[in-house]
Amino acid sequence: MTMIQDAKTPKDVHVIGVGMTPVGEHWEKSLRELALDAITALQADGVWVRPQALYVANMLAPYLSGQTQLAALLADFAGLRGIEAITIEAAGASGGAAARQAYLAITSGVIDVALIVGVEKVTERTRAELEAALSTSSDADHEAVHGITPTAQAALLMRRYLHEHNVPDDAFAGFSLNAHANAATNPQAIFRRAIQVENYLNAPMVSEPVNLFDAAPLADGAATLLMARSDALPEALPYPPVRVAASSIVSNTVALHDRSDPLLLDSVVESTAQALQQAGLNLGDIDLFELHDRYSIFAALSLEAAGFAARGEGWRLAHDGIIAKDGDIPICTFGGSKARGDTGGATGVYQLAEITLQLQGRAGENQVQDAKIGMAQCLAASGATAATHIFSREDGP
Amino acid sequence: MEISRHWRLKKQRYSLVGEVCPHCQKKIFPPRDICPDCREDARTLYQFSGRGEVYSYTKVYQAPSGYEEHVPYTVALVKLEEGPMLTAQLTDLGDELVEVGMPVEMVTRKLRSDGEKGMLVYSYKFRPRFKEAAR
Repeated sequence: MTMIQDAKTPKDVHVIGVGMTPVGEHWEKSLRELALDAITALQADGVWVRPQALYVANMLAPYLSGQTQLAALLADFAGLRGIEAITIEAAGASGGAAARQAYLAITSGVIDVALIVGVEKVTERTRAELEAALSTSSDADHEAVHGITPTAQAALLMRRYLHEHNVPDDAFAGFSLNAHANAATNPQAIFRRAIQVENYLNAPMVSEPVNLFDAAPLADGAATLLMARSDALPEALPYPPVRVAASSIVSNTVALHDRSDPLLLDSVVESTAQALQQAGLNLGDIDLFELHDRYSIFAALSLEAAGFAARGEGWRLAHDGIIAKDGDIPICTFGGSKARGDTGGATGVYQLAEITLQLQGRAGENQVQDAKIGMAQCLAASGATAATHIFSREDGP
Repeated sequence: MEISRHWRLKKQRYSLVGEVCPHCQKKIFPPRDICPDCREDARTLYQFSGRGEVYSYTKVYQAPSGYEEHVPYTVALVKLEEGPMLTAQLTDLGDELVEVGMPVEMVTRKLRSDGEKGMLVYSYKFRPRFKEAAR
């Protein structure tokens, strides 16, 4: 395994605090109250330094809550009136994209400490209105107008995958089995009960061939990270700070039909390669991978495009338990989108908060042994944007 | 109602008119003025035949607002015989089972109506195409 040098260069960026709300239907909480809950959780986590900048990750507030300018609203509501605050939107990749902006601002030296807040409320409107809002992440003129939804797009990909590769009926079951098993010990998760392969095989179809267990639940939630540069770290830190070893965003075609090979997530190929190169690492150095599992097909395709599995073999890593907490490539260690729950634009921040807890040895029963290097990746829509981060533990292997 | 947006897209929606790149000959749909392959200017209009095949398909039961009336409907990725792929609904299926690879042809159909007094949006959809039998 590569020895990663965690030398504190002046430009290094570190995560010094995390906060999360449970993922669920938070009827009694507004957008701003939900965000404040996550910020309060971060403040209670042990370290709080007033940030100079706030980056908010959100995709649905303008449609479902009639609210733009979310960052300014949250800064004011959280007692941070006047700081630099902007909202970052990249559909499902908003979380990683917001982290990227914070990273760039801090490593440049302009900002010392930044707060990242991912927040989403999806329970405000009817299901049809939610589907319409989600479909804005596809090409409005050439995809959404035909009545396509994210679930339908996952189904198109999954059907084509089944057509091109010979896989057993339970090929994709392993993804939800693993997710639910891990979420059972995550108090923040929306689903906290393990499932059996029979549950998967008997599950009703949502959009054939995507069944109920191939699709993650979308719910409300907020997660936060506090990031600071090496020379701006507070004196007393209760936990080892986690270093941002790599940060990458790559864009690709928005429309699924514009990809030369829809089953190859080019944005994942490129973003993963960039992140590994930045960090000076190989794929084998990654101890855990919080990948995009809004639909099980994306988990399989992400594993393939990142290089963990050959084309058409991604499902096998789930089928053979290689993605388990104690496997070679742990994924969704706190339940992932499938069982911890998907929170739209905030999911990417949950992923980064979970990686941080893993690397700090604070994951409790979800702990991946000797977790030193974690990779998190969130995607927009069918892969139009990939935001990838690699975190490493301060005190090295 | 978005009248101007739909009006702008008439040529593509009703006639399947795209572009062909004068530099690398790539057929482009929908038109986009800069060739996605060679990145040169590509504004030469090109009339697609309307023939293609189903790359993948699925039935939508949980529709976005404005489309609930027609649930369930089938959406597909259709690969046109000239190369480009597009997203469209399948129509006139009857009892026909859809299969990956099934030949289809373009027709113009109503896509949605924006309420009782709203505008009607028409677009391309694809129906099963029967290959001509050898004579």
